[in-house]
Amino acid sequence: MATEIKAPTFPESVQEGSLATWHKQVGETVKRDELLVDIETDKVVLEVVAPAAGVLAEIFKAEGDIVLSNEVIARIEEAAEASAPTAAAAEAVAEAAEATASGGLINPAARKLAEERNIDVAQIVGTGKGGRITKEDVVNYKAPVAAPVVAAPAPAAVAEQVLEVGDRVERRVPMTRMRSRIAERLLEVTQTTASLTTFNEVDMTALMNLRKQYKEEFTKIHNGTRLGFMGFFVKAAVEALKRFPSVNASIDGSDIVYHGYQDVGVAVSTERGLVVPVLRNAENMSIANIENGIYDYAMKARDGKLTIDEMTGGTFTITNGGVYGSLISTPIINPPQSAILGMHKIQERPVAVNGQVVIRPMMYLAMSYDHRLIDGKGAVQFLVTMKELLEDPAKILLEI
Amino acid sequence: MSEKYDVIIIGSGPAGYVSAIRAAQLGLKTACIEKWKDADGNGVNGGTCLNVGCIPSKTLLDSSFKYHEAKEELGIHGISTSGVKIDIAAMLERKNKIIKQFTGGIVGLFKANGVTGLYGTGKLLTGKKVELTDNDGNVSVLEADNVILASGSLPIAIPVAPVDGDLIVDSTGALEIGEVPKRLGVIGAGVIGLELGSVWNRLGSEVVLLEAMEDFLAIMDKGIAKESKKIFSKQGLDIRLGARVTGTEIKGREVHVTYVMTDGSEKSEVFDKLIVCVGRRPFTEGLLAAESGVQLDERGSIFVNDQCATNVPGVYAIGDLVRGPMLAHKGSEEGVMVAEIIAGHKAQMNYDIVPNVIYTHPEVASVGQTEEQIKAAGLPYNVGSFPFAAVGRAVAANDTDGMVKIIAHADTDRILGCHIVGPSAADLVQQVAIAMEFGSSAEDLGMTVFSHPTLSEAVHEAALAVNGAAIHMPNRKRR
Repeated sequence: MATEIKAPTFPESVQEGSLATWHKQVGETVKRDELLVDIETDKVVLEVVAPAAGVLAEIFKAEGDIVLSNEVIARIEEAAEASAPTAAAAEAVAEAAEATASGGLINPAARKLAEERNIDVAQIVGTGKGGRITKEDVVNYKAPVAAPVVAAPAPAAVAEQVLEVGDRVERRVPMTRMRSRIAERLLEVTQTTASLTTFNEVDMTALMNLRKQYKEEFTKIHNGTRLGFMGFFVKAAVEALKRFPSVNASIDGSDIVYHGYQDVGVAVSTERGLVVPVLRNAENMSIANIENGIYDYAMKARDGKLTIDEMTGGTFTITNGGVYGSLISTPIINPPQSAILGMHKIQERPVAVNGQVVIRPMMYLAMSYDHRLIDGKGAVQFLVTMKELLEDPAKILLEI
Repeated sequence: MSEKYDVIIIGSGPAGYVSAIRAAQLGLKTACIEKWKDADGNGVNGGTCLNVGCIPSKTLLDSSFKYHEAKEELGIHGISTSGVKIDIAAMLERKNKIIKQFTGGIVGLFKANGVTGLYGTGKLLTGKKVELTDNDGNVSVLEADNVILASGSLPIAIPVAPVDGDLIVDSTGALEIGEVPKRLGVIGAGVIGLELGSVWNRLGSEVVLLEAMEDFLAIMDKGIAKESKKIFSKQGLDIRLGARVTGTEIKGREVHVTYVMTDGSEKSEVFDKLIVCVGRRPFTEGLLAAESGVQLDERGSIFVNDQCATNVPGVYAIGDLVRGPMLAHKGSEEGVMVAEIIAGHKAQMNYDIVPNVIYTHPEVASVGQTEEQIKAAGLPYNVGSFPFAAVGRAVAANDTDGMVKIIAHADTDRILGCHIVGPSAADLVQQVAIAMEFGSSAEDLGMTVFSHPTLSEAVHEAALAVNGAAIHMPNRKRR
């Protein structure tokens, strides 16, 4: 049965287009929804996909030809082929162990179910012995979604096993996908970076006074956004990153990539694990924007709605263990970044100021850095710079 | 004088000798030390399994079964028998001959594979050295790149019923009883107690089993355990649950046993013979020198990881010495796994699919998880059962007690467990174990063609029943 392939309806005000690229040739088999041809117009490139499976029988327009809206440009001969799910089920069931398109084996009930559900077995990952596709694999198969949302999915079958051995109870729970991934990445980081941590401390008095003085006005002017400390820390970090470019760089193979922008990741803790959404071009963000951005991310993270885009990239990360009471810690670098700043609990401590013992609200700062790229002097001075900026916020404004 | 081996294995039971053979096959220079001696003082391989366990007990089970069948079960076929007698001495002689055949067989296999069989006591020193004290008392030190400990287990002794080898015996002594005891007491209604109790029950003893636990065959699937208890009780085994023995007294040629029930009531029984089989414990006496560094776990087993490696690099432990069910085949597969790891392969035994069998008649066998375990794990599941009473082959053979039970995950249909009481349960469970290794769903088994008429059809129908598609029995409505 022949099917006509037409150019799509062009957008308004577009008269004609030109045929840009054929992705299939005459005589080639095509699968349903497979990309056939690109048509270029003034405004946009349009993709045309095959409406049905079959063989590309005839092409009426060559590359470079003018194409009008809805013009017929090719013809497909529909054919039942091996990968088409409408293949005779009886015939397939008769064979004992049929190899899949990818060369793997598939259990009988699995094949039957895949056919019933129109799933291409080549898309299924087999978890049985030697990569066999089991019925379980077909049951659990989810067709790939266009925009993957990387919130940890509800674990499919968290088979929690409780074993009582004498008086001792053990509970065995398989790792969630997110947990396994986190574990993998953390291990990789410790194995592939020369990670060291340098410490310093910040007298938060100036910041706390600043905040106390202006927080109400801030909230009123900025439509309810609350003034926290993160805005200041990100601003200080951005300023320090400009002064110490190696801290804002990454190693890529045998190259060092110095990023000309500061994308600052802010670590947010969720039930399922730690996620780090990124504030893009933080150097261009105002304190209000930073505070808003972080608040939005935190809400999205809590609801599991952060997208991959929001979490990739980043040239530097800030994490805060202080909210849980951590006084000092050694944060772990977020690859492929080269450094991470750890904020901690603000604790009143006696310190010496001008020869006198006074009580000040102090916060320890920790910066873990990749020594392959950042030398000790640079790391220490970076942190000292942050400390100085935070202890005297005017310096951030004046860039001194 | 020090001889260096790639692997030295201490113990030549099913774990040790299998490991030795596999290691030699893989090109490793292997020695296997055995301390068991026969009545004449000669070294004998095979460990508990061949000498005082699996092989002799199955031999006696089969001999006693045939006697019982000939005496009681042939009438229905139109066969009349009278004057059926059994010569116990002849039965035991046959058993001993079979043991000799198999233990000698190991010597042959060792020779064929190039394993150096050594006889004497082996003790692990530090630095992967093994001190060998041979059967003449000579001491030598052997060196190895790897040592595998496989010294097995011993019956657990309880102070309230001390074994004297005469009137109070353990499982070893129970295989040597020279004449049929009129009244036989068995402490422990586990696998060994049921098997030994069955042997002598068939030969004419009144058998009482005293089990301290409230649940019968507590680790088995409850449905199958319940069905099994019914069948064994019908056979004449008097199984008393919740009965904890508090003392024994020998009076003349009788054993007086006192026991207390869970409700506190005290009872007593008199037996002509008492078998103590309350379990087995790992045998580590004299195995490890203080400096060997090998750690035990809190139960006295040798502590090992999933690949049977102890805390000392290059030292492994397998079989009854380590965690897991005390099964010969589990020890053997661990032995294979360790031999392969030592030879540089990637090997990991699948501990989730280890079938186990009770060799009563009918047999009780199981693989995978019980219904209780699956429920406790919170998994949704479906169950399919099929009784042997509806299987043509079983009815023809007049062997219809029992059923096949298959449990599968409700969403993925993956077979999670199979439990059978019935004729040839061991071999039928094996079929399902193989299917489970390949990630089989219940439907896969249902789609497989089974010969008719066979006992295996019970497996086929039970698998179909999981999804409400059994043909030879009305299917239970899904709740």
